[in-house]
Amino acid sequence: MQTVDDAAAQIEFDRRIADEQKIEPTDWMPDAYRKNLIRQMSQHAHSEVIGMQPEGNWITRAPSLRRKAVLLSKVQDEAGHGLYLYSATESLGITRSELIEALQTGVAKYASIFNYPTLTWADVGAIGWLVDGAAIVNQISLQRTSYGPYSRAMIRICKEESFHQRQGYEIMYELAHGSPEQKAMAQDAMNRNWWPALMMFGPHDSDSAHSGKSMQWKIKRQSNDYLRQKFIDQTVPQIEVLGLEMPDPEIKWNEELGQYDSGEINWEEFYQVINGSGPCNYQRLKHHKKAHQDGEWVREAVRAYSEKQQAKKEQKSA
Amino acid sequence: MNKNSENLYRFLVGLADDSVVLSHRLSEWCSNGPYLEEDIALSNIALDYIGRARMFYQYAVEIEGKGRTEDDIAYHRNEREFTNTLIHELPINDFAFTMVRQYFVDVFYCEYLQQLTQSSDSQVAAIAAKALKESRYHLKRSEPWIKQLSEGTEESKHRVQLALDELENFVGEMFLMEDWEKELVEQGIAVDREALQADWDKQVQEFLAESEMKFPDSQLQIRGGRNGIHTEHLGHMLSEMQYLQRVHPGLKW
Repeated sequence: MQTVDDAAAQIEFDRRIADEQKIEPTDWMPDAYRKNLIRQMSQHAHSEVIGMQPEGNWITRAPSLRRKAVLLSKVQDEAGHGLYLYSATESLGITRSELIEALQTGVAKYASIFNYPTLTWADVGAIGWLVDGAAIVNQISLQRTSYGPYSRAMIRICKEESFHQRQGYEIMYELAHGSPEQKAMAQDAMNRNWWPALMMFGPHDSDSAHSGKSMQWKIKRQSNDYLRQKFIDQTVPQIEVLGLEMPDPEIKWNEELGQYDSGEINWEEFYQVINGSGPCNYQRLKHHKKAHQDGEWVREAVRAYSEKQQAKKEQKSA
Repeated sequence: MNKNSENLYRFLVGLADDSVVLSHRLSEWCSNGPYLEEDIALSNIALDYIGRARMFYQYAVEIEGKGRTEDDIAYHRNEREFTNTLIHELPINDFAFTMVRQYFVDVFYCEYLQQLTQSSDSQVAAIAAKALKESRYHLKRSEPWIKQLSEGTEESKHRVQLALDELENFVGEMFLMEDWEKELVEQGIAVDREALQADWDKQVQEFLAESEMKFPDSQLQIRGGRNGIHTEHLGHMLSEMQYLQRVHPGLKW
């Protein structure tokens, strides 16, 4: 319910957004702004956490000790991003356990890309290169987001993501310049991950449900289609360096627009995966729930221990 | 290789194998921990052990002098050729088991590596110095976990007890000395493991007694790891770990 005080606060809020000032956790903000942020930031946190699974799928099978160390440390970084983003989201007045429950009951979403399987070692390369690459394009834009804690999280996270992208590209480069089997493995992984990576930018601007308000509040700074194009333009030359075939036969330089033309995304697949029917949706949530349930006795023990310690302390001081 | 180099090579590969199989087990927790913080922490410890394994393997292939790489040793030997002590290879079971095992090896490594920093082989001493810092940090985490789980709920206490029971037979092997290792001790390169056992028992028993947990001692010994006699679990681990290198031998990754 809006009150007279709220109306004054709203004017101040609007002024600060217009002036490119950051909104901080203790500042007044409209409920809808708060909700929108919780939705976007928690989705981002969940994506980091669920994203640990497809890459984690190769930790125990990484082909060299160096690759294993790099991959493990990358996945560990993603867990750290998840943790950091959960904390930033908690600054909006919601708890981590509420956020996890929303994930596990399907109320909250995570990036659809992680509902595709990592079938070969090359998928680890393709994910680092394409998926983290797409994420960086998005996150660089989000460094200027209007909510302070989110903006600072993005600045920090982007630094690590660029390492991730390089390690992914390095894996692809090694494979693309390796044996015929390795090259075929790289081509196949790129072909499979290309379209889902483009889908990461969301629906066309004209179809994006949350974009209008998010742009107005400067939570989101650039449109889905603009960012997607930017990603395509930076990635096509990298595919050429790898010496792989284009994953989309319609990719062609458009002299007039100064950008690459490309084919249309299969939007039916996009909505199917978003709505829960991707190849791994069920598996990813099941894995997350199982780990959570398996850990319940540990969390209970920690609570019980801390209560006992507290009781001892009180007994002493009494 | 002459006899001295052979002994040193065996010694280094044994320590590397200990680290590589334990790091593999710890890495299995990634995305499976009870807290996101634990996924991070256990991955971190796994990374420390991969680092150790690489340093020991790299030095081992240098001593061997045949131009092999760390990956040749890690990915192209079979289960009878791995020489880790068995405690490192046991499956992660539940969180209690993983933490009790970790606590046991942390207590061991804090002493063992401390002494190894005095090795007359400067490279061994340098690796030990780096690893010692890590193990001290690991122990700072594993101790409070054992305490919390032992004094938490009935269930957590029970799980810790089961882990203690299962691990009791596998601890003693860490204190066994092969003849070649004794020779290295005489040369001032290696550490006398046997001499560490009594203090290890005392430290562990006293610590567990604070939480009213019982651990008899480390005398019961299942042995064989250093001679390639393993549990059934190792073969499964290696078939997973070595799969790409075995299917596509001789390639760069």
